[in-house]
Amino acid sequence: MSSSIMDVEVTPKVVKEHGLKPEEYDHIVKILGRKPNITELGLYSVMWSEHCGYKHSRALLKTLPTKGDKVLQGPGENAGIMDIGEGWAVAFKVESHNHPSAIEPYQGAATGVGGILRDIFTMGARPVANLNSLRFGPLTDPKVKRLFAGVVHGIADYGNCMGIPTVAGEVVFDDSYSENCLVNAMSVGLLKHDQIIRGKATGVGNAVIYIGATTGRDGIHGATFASTEITDESTEKRSAVQVADPFMEKLLMEATLELIHGDLLVGIQDMGAAGLTCSTCEMASRGGAGIEIDVAKVPQREKGMTPYEILLSESQERMLLVAKPGCEQKVHDVLAKWDLHAATIGVVTDTGRMIVKENGKLVADVPADSLTEAPVYHPAKSEPAILKEYKKFDEATVAVPKDLNEVLEKLMADPTIASKRWVYRQYDHMVRSNTLIRPGSDAAVIRVKGTQLGLAMTIDGLGSYCALDPYEGAKIVVAEAARNIACSGAQAIGMTDCLNFGNPEKPEVYYYFDRVIAGLGDACRAFGIPITGGNVSLYNENPTGAIDPTPIVGMMGLFQNVENRVTQWFKKEGDFIYLLGEIGQSIGGSRYLKVTHGKKTGLCPTLNLETELKLHKSLKALAESHLIQSAHDCSDGGFAVALAESCFTGVTHEAQVLGATVTLLGTGRVDARLFGEAQSRVIVSVKPSDAVKFEEIVKKNGVPVERIGVVGGAEMVIGSEVKLPVVKLADLFFTSIEKTMAL
Amino acid sequence: MRFSVTVFPGSNCDHDCEYVLRDVEKQDVQMIWHKDTDLKNPDCVVVPGGFSYGDYLRTGAIARFSPVMKSVADFAAKGGLVIGICNGFQILCEAGLLPGALIRNKGLKFICQNVYIRVENNQTPFTNACKVGQTLKIPIAHGEGNYFIDAEGLKSLKDNNQIIVRYCDEKGNVTPEANPNGSLENIAGICNVNRNVFGLMPHPDRSGEDILGSHDGHLIWQSILAAKVGAKCAD
Repeated sequence: MSSSIMDVEVTPKVVKEHGLKPEEYDHIVKILGRKPNITELGLYSVMWSEHCGYKHSRALLKTLPTKGDKVLQGPGENAGIMDIGEGWAVAFKVESHNHPSAIEPYQGAATGVGGILRDIFTMGARPVANLNSLRFGPLTDPKVKRLFAGVVHGIADYGNCMGIPTVAGEVVFDDSYSENCLVNAMSVGLLKHDQIIRGKATGVGNAVIYIGATTGRDGIHGATFASTEITDESTEKRSAVQVADPFMEKLLMEATLELIHGDLLVGIQDMGAAGLTCSTCEMASRGGAGIEIDVAKVPQREKGMTPYEILLSESQERMLLVAKPGCEQKVHDVLAKWDLHAATIGVVTDTGRMIVKENGKLVADVPADSLTEAPVYHPAKSEPAILKEYKKFDEATVAVPKDLNEVLEKLMADPTIASKRWVYRQYDHMVRSNTLIRPGSDAAVIRVKGTQLGLAMTIDGLGSYCALDPYEGAKIVVAEAARNIACSGAQAIGMTDCLNFGNPEKPEVYYYFDRVIAGLGDACRAFGIPITGGNVSLYNENPTGAIDPTPIVGMMGLFQNVENRVTQWFKKEGDFIYLLGEIGQSIGGSRYLKVTHGKKTGLCPTLNLETELKLHKSLKALAESHLIQSAHDCSDGGFAVALAESCFTGVTHEAQVLGATVTLLGTGRVDARLFGEAQSRVIVSVKPSDAVKFEEIVKKNGVPVERIGVVGGAEMVIGSEVKLPVVKLADLFFTSIEKTMAL
Repeated sequence: MRFSVTVFPGSNCDHDCEYVLRDVEKQDVQMIWHKDTDLKNPDCVVVPGGFSYGDYLRTGAIARFSPVMKSVADFAAKGGLVIGICNGFQILCEAGLLPGALIRNKGLKFICQNVYIRVENNQTPFTNACKVGQTLKIPIAHGEGNYFIDAEGLKSLKDNNQIIVRYCDEKGNVTPEANPNGSLENIAGICNVNRNVFGLMPHPDRSGEDILGSHDGHLIWQSILAAKVGAKCAD
């Protein structure tokens, strides 16, 4: 059987079907000094796909800041790792599973969670929290409902079965993601400094061992599939979507951590995108070594698989590891305890080559480095004409609505703004008994048992801002994520990003990509936040065009003392309400403009990095002095929505409500002051007895502050413009998605 | 007191049980791998929550065949205290140590949230620190917690006062609205006729400390600690 596949001639047509350009093929011939056979062509095809090779993004990614005192592992490994003190470290990373989820939502999302979890425990860290960021078309579309329900179900089943709490996330519904949903999954793990292990192969003669699930024909060319646009024919590529088995992964996680903590391994890598091919050549390349494997020794799910299929399969829940000398038997003993497959399939060599045999017969022989060093492209870029149109938008053409109560009610029920309780109720967000702030506040907080330390985490994206102004939008994404961390009382220490864009070979898409990277980099540098890793997902297109440029930021925050944590909701009648920052003056780019007036246009809000940083410092100082009872940032829906969200707890099924009466600051159009999305603003509540000390700290930090009102009553009152019963706002907010999904 | 926590492939609340018993309640805790048969002389066995065997076939259906379960059954037969939480409850039902079954939630979705449960019977080793009618705030997290038993079985449960906790509202009213999963008569936890085996869907392992939002689970652990050590059996 394999001999017939081996006989397939590598023609220009075959090269094209493998997603390789003619010049890339010529380059391969040059590297090998001969024509590749079909198996070797397959190896280059997956490793040089955008998904694995980052060939259109690598040049720009290199400009991002990745260094810092606390960084123990930056980009280039399975996940980034940062020091959090007391000998502990945190590993975290976000990754996309957009294309598979668009085709098969349940399995696509589930395997996305499985993949990112493997990235974490492969580093030696025990996963302690999951987060996710989801984007779909409008929820009124029955197809979107099916996708949304399937994705959430897939994430829930995988995380719940693994026993990892899903503690935070975001969901956005926007036309831009019709037919091309975004599913970005993030995972966070804890480890001791001495438990860090990397994905490298060293030590000539050391055993290369395959563990976990058997290899089947599922997911062949998944990475290549993820590197093309979704079309009508995509549904025929369903076999490129893998099938999830969280129980297998749970066993694999426990076994892997037992192996690493038992000091039995030289290196380990999960088999994710590009499967055995990627793990083999990356481990060899990182270790400056070579690897020789025999595919006949790989545990297989079905008969008659060719070397090509075995090497390219993306069957889930598999790992490749290199045992320390003399530890091979101990490795097999641990795997036997967990009833997992383990097979020694090869050895580490010093040739620098990836050599693949089948029953001793050579089937592929290529330099390992050459697979991991995909060509780097610098695509052409050109500014989209539409950006100038957005800037010309005249707000005066939009009439201020008469009934602002009605506007607020509509915003509270907008699925993008409304509570995601329908979602997070399906996620076990408490398992491991560390979750101190559950989903529904600005950031989730977990404790580190046995210490005073705590971790705050959030995941955020603002595709619509980036569509209007990619540079400013990207700055705001970083600022908003860091602000969420600051509102919880923690210090942002590092971030991971997932860059979701359209086809980079289109100059307008590449322009966006370039500007977004510049914005992310500038904001991170200003805040002193390193990027420790992430993922790029390109070719997110559908028949009507590219998605909004959507960088997703996963932000990690640290508490020296987790008792300093703060939630977003008001605590007590009589507490003073303050606004930190300035009231809004513009409606450009706002959710209000979209929901109420049906327009996505105008100038997106601008962000002053210095002002923002002062705000974060104030919030941290206030939290540490226990001077604020609550803190909530103004984002989608502006000041009015943020105030309403401060009036009820986000805790599932226990929505306690507290009213508020405040004055509306500023002058000018009232809708801009209520619903505009000016940046660097936070609503806090303060005990009257703390008011003097509170104001002192804020003013010392140079943050504009104004006492605007008081907590209490059954209504939310903003000047003479808004007056509504809080229970009504809460009901709209909490039940909107539930009601829509029940239809 | 000495607790043994069983660990099946796919258990995932074993750590939570270990933590609350060892670090919060300051008790002696042993973890017992499912392939072992020696329970290590416990005063109480805890069968923790999770997804033993990935919930394949049926929740708890495969775990009941693990070697450790024979020892748990023998231990229970001699009067030893056994508590099963969530998946542990499901396993005890499958193993025949408790009557009835746990089926898919009404609404078919996994539910993770705080609930209130009312103590119906405090004459047990698991609830003696509670008052009858007391409400406890304890989280649930399950997809299959809908308790079911046939009419005859239900009568028997009632006749023997085996219904230990029911889902209720904050004020202790047992109402259909307070029933999160469709359980028959809002049943959240039951014991066996001899009162030494207890299963419940809510998680006292996640509610033993104020920092987690509720310490009401502590009352369950305190009850066990207060129960006569005479319940301890000789292996």
